[in-house]
Amino acid sequence: MRREAADRANVVQFDGVGVRYGPGPEILQDISFALQAASFHFLTGPSGAGKSSLMRLMYLAQRPTRGRIVLFGCDVAQAKRYELPALRRRVGVVFQDFRLLDHLSALDNVALPLRVAGASEEEIQKYVPDLLNWVGLAEHIHSKPPTLSGGQKQRVAIARAVIGRPDLLLADEPTGNVDDHIAMRLMYLLDELNKLGTTVIVATHNEHLVSRLHHPRLRLENGRLRAG
Amino acid sequence: MIFDRRSDLPLKDDATSRFLPWLVAPMVFLSAVALAGVFILNTLINRWDRDVSGTLTIEIAAAPGEAGESAERTRRYVETALALLKGTPGIAEARALTQEQLVALLAPWLGNSDLLKELPLPALIDVTLKADTPVDLDALSRKLAQTVPGASLDDHRIWLARLIGLSRSIEWLAVGIVLLIGGATSATVFYATRTGMAVHREVIEVLHLIGAPDGYIGRQFADRAFTLALRGGIIGLALNVPILAAIGIGTNRLQGGFLAELTLPWIGWAAVLLLPLAAATVAMLTARLAVHQTLARLL
Repeated sequence: MRREAADRANVVQFDGVGVRYGPGPEILQDISFALQAASFHFLTGPSGAGKSSLMRLMYLAQRPTRGRIVLFGCDVAQAKRYELPALRRRVGVVFQDFRLLDHLSALDNVALPLRVAGASEEEIQKYVPDLLNWVGLAEHIHSKPPTLSGGQKQRVAIARAVIGRPDLLLADEPTGNVDDHIAMRLMYLLDELNKLGTTVIVATHNEHLVSRLHHPRLRLENGRLRAG
Repeated sequence: MIFDRRSDLPLKDDATSRFLPWLVAPMVFLSAVALAGVFILNTLINRWDRDVSGTLTIEIAAAPGEAGESAERTRRYVETALALLKGTPGIAEARALTQEQLVALLAPWLGNSDLLKELPLPALIDVTLKADTPVDLDALSRKLAQTVPGASLDDHRIWLARLIGLSRSIEWLAVGIVLLIGGATSATVFYATRTGMAVHREVIEVLHLIGAPDGYIGRQFADRAFTLALRGGIIGLALNVPILAAIGIGTNRLQGGFLAELTLPWIGWAAVLLLPLAAATVAMLTARLAVHQTLARLL
């Protein structure tokens, strides 16, 4: 039912959104776009173009200075604060700096979204090891992030973002620390998820990846969105 | 169970909350002393009120003269006083104490010697007042003094009212101390939780961004605060129980009518034993409040 509802509406819609930090110039200016359900987009642009700020707006880490953001048909500015966690649970995020919890094992890190959503331990033990196995971390299931390499941490972060089968997946440089082979494998995972109905946005500098996967791109330049 | 619920936050290794049991322990200790004081005083007041309110004592000094003559004259004075009392509106009952009862009253101080029976003891009349009819005590006192030589009216209601007033003040002071201690505990837990949140800011942010409601994060801090405060409360109580028991045993040994009830009633024991749980609940609710207040600043 929830997925059908998402199918009928745009998953993400920005209307004239601007972001400014303090008294400085706007980091994002007049951003307007709409993403349909089950679409796959790359978000590209040079460093400092505002990609991370745009991602932060989409995963509800900050409010825009102006404009309107509609997520899953819900105007974020109008939503009550207690309604936002449910919206966030429909969004999977791969952070650029991973943001894994160092005191938890890879399994517990990946299980976090399920636990937050109230899943049982049986469900966690059923799905999480399988996914970790799929991303090539079967032997590191009980390892804690400080003992993992950059690429392994990145795979744990991706697994954590996709474990809850989110309606919208936001990945900020998800292949930045892995070799091409693993990068393609991870992108295929995102592709598979997309085919199952998840809307995917991947912010990346990797032109090779963008050209191989033939998905439309949103291009940010100097805080403005340009045609891909 | 609250104690073995898993936590996503590394609160068990948290140095900021480790001091909490050692802070709650003296708080619970002091609260237990104050609370026990409240219950003991309350019991004493009720007992004094029950025993003495609505009663008077008339004392008639032993009439001068030889032993036999003195006793006879004193007996006549008592009868006169009884007749006067029975004719006074508002007096429910007037009863003269027997020689044996007088001797028994003096026995704790003078022993059970036969000598007591030969002493010219004053006569005592125990008077019970009607609750619904006020008695003019000044007029009664004057009338008694005029009619019965050596008679005096002991109105211990004034003395009792002052004593009860003092006790009530002490009782409220003790209640205030318990509330003050509760407030201090709350404030400490509040700031300890805020410090803990600052220490674990990054973890909290991740949980928040993956969709954890405030209650999910708040529960983890609240569980931790509950466990630590309960641990501290039990330590405080363990230090307190022997002291309260010793006071009870000590006052029982005195066997004095006034101090015999300086023991904690069962409801007082129940309240004192529940103090660690109360402290833990206060800590839990405070921690939850601190988390919700802090998270409310986030989107």
